[in-house]
Amino acid sequence: MTNIKKITTPITKDMIKSLRAGDILAITGTIYTGRDAAHKKLVALIKENKPLPFDIKDSILYYVGPTPAKPGKPIGSAGPTSSYRMDPYTPYLLAQGSLISIGKGPRSQAIKEALVQYQGLYLSAIGGAAALTADSIKQCDLIAYPELGAEAIYKLEVVDFFAVVTYDSYGNDLLETGISQYQIK
Amino acid sequence: MRYLDLKEVTSAVYHLAIDACYDINEEILDSLKTYRKKEESTLGKIVIDKIIENDILARNEKMPICQDTGLTVVFLEIGNNVHFKGDIYQAVNEGVRNAYIDGYLRKSVVIHPFHRINTMDNTPAIIHTKIVMGDHLKITVAPKGGGSENVSLVKMLIPADGIEGVKKLVLDTIFEAGGKPCPPIIVGLGIGGNLEKAALLAKEALMRDLNDQNSDEMVAKLEKELLEEINRLGIGPMGFGGRTTALAVKINTYPCHIASLPVAINIQCHAARHKSIIL
Repeated sequence: MTNIKKITTPITKDMIKSLRAGDILAITGTIYTGRDAAHKKLVALIKENKPLPFDIKDSILYYVGPTPAKPGKPIGSAGPTSSYRMDPYTPYLLAQGSLISIGKGPRSQAIKEALVQYQGLYLSAIGGAAALTADSIKQCDLIAYPELGAEAIYKLEVVDFFAVVTYDSYGNDLLETGISQYQIK
Repeated sequence: MRYLDLKEVTSAVYHLAIDACYDINEEILDSLKTYRKKEESTLGKIVIDKIIENDILARNEKMPICQDTGLTVVFLEIGNNVHFKGDIYQAVNEGVRNAYIDGYLRKSVVIHPFHRINTMDNTPAIIHTKIVMGDHLKITVAPKGGGSENVSLVKMLIPADGIEGVKKLVLDTIFEAGGKPCPPIIVGLGIGGNLEKAALLAKEALMRDLNDQNSDEMVAKLEKELLEEINRLGIGPMGFGGRTTALAVKINTYPCHIASLPVAINIQCHAARHKSIIL
């Protein structure tokens, strides 16, 4: 069976350096949510040199817009959304010290380069496995932009959150190597 | 003439929408299990296992399979002998509204493509109506996620492009999309008609039974060949690389203009949700 690497927040630069595209992770600790609308607001604040609503340094950002929580549950179904839509914003957040983003699917070349430059990682969760992912989220607190509903920023406490290193800090791309390995021409 | 109370329509849409979001159709689970046996990639196997585990958990816990509970697409097949008092579109939207609130489904609709203010109840639904002979009403509710819809397209090919041109367009589109639409995918193709007809044909193709047989032999052969060729692209589950990129290709066709070969590609993620009822 494939080896699963357990990591616990806070994330350090040494952890980033030790991980490679293709590594399967079980993450425990704090992660923040944010998708299209929240990214737009965060980058607007950065451009105006204004403080952000949470401590972005060494943070993990998860691209998700969950379903509403049923009574007694911290969160509803909470799988990843497509990451490429956040590509225009991500370099600004990396420059502020955010280390990891989690989403799904391929991203631009500029993101791969920014991850090498700022020593960060891009991880994938499993798209559509949203009930299973919710199972690893133990707490969910609203941090900013409640008017955005599912697109608001939430602070999540997770235990053994499943993610796969997709782009690492050395410029490796799991999607590219994985697909070329199995493509029959 | 049969009189149908619109309250029945609202109630049917309500239950179909919630059911579609929580309870994956068995044919999808069966197909995932079949492809799991053939998958060669270790990570691909893990992903398919997680998807199956997720779908069963969602069913048992009555939770949405995917957090993207979609834009609600509703097909109405209305018998010519059925009569309603009132606005059937309003009745359908009432069912959607109540389902998305009561069912803890995500509200993913904005009121205007530029203003982008959330309607907070997932209305309006996209409603397609068809008048048929009879005294029944068939309702299909199909919540459609944004990730797979975003990589779908319509292209007006020319007759000279032929079957090979269609194949190339489909394979290029799917390869370009890679992991974006959450593979394993289902590919709905609408070939023929005109611009808007092709798109609707492709969406209707996605409503077909996963294991049905196309009655048009030439088209049945194309479905089979395309499925094989798509699964040679190597995209694999979630685009991590592997053998399982698509579970099925479904093609619906229609007569078209002498100058045209319209092709619509509607890509469906593995959370292929649609439920029907006949009233």
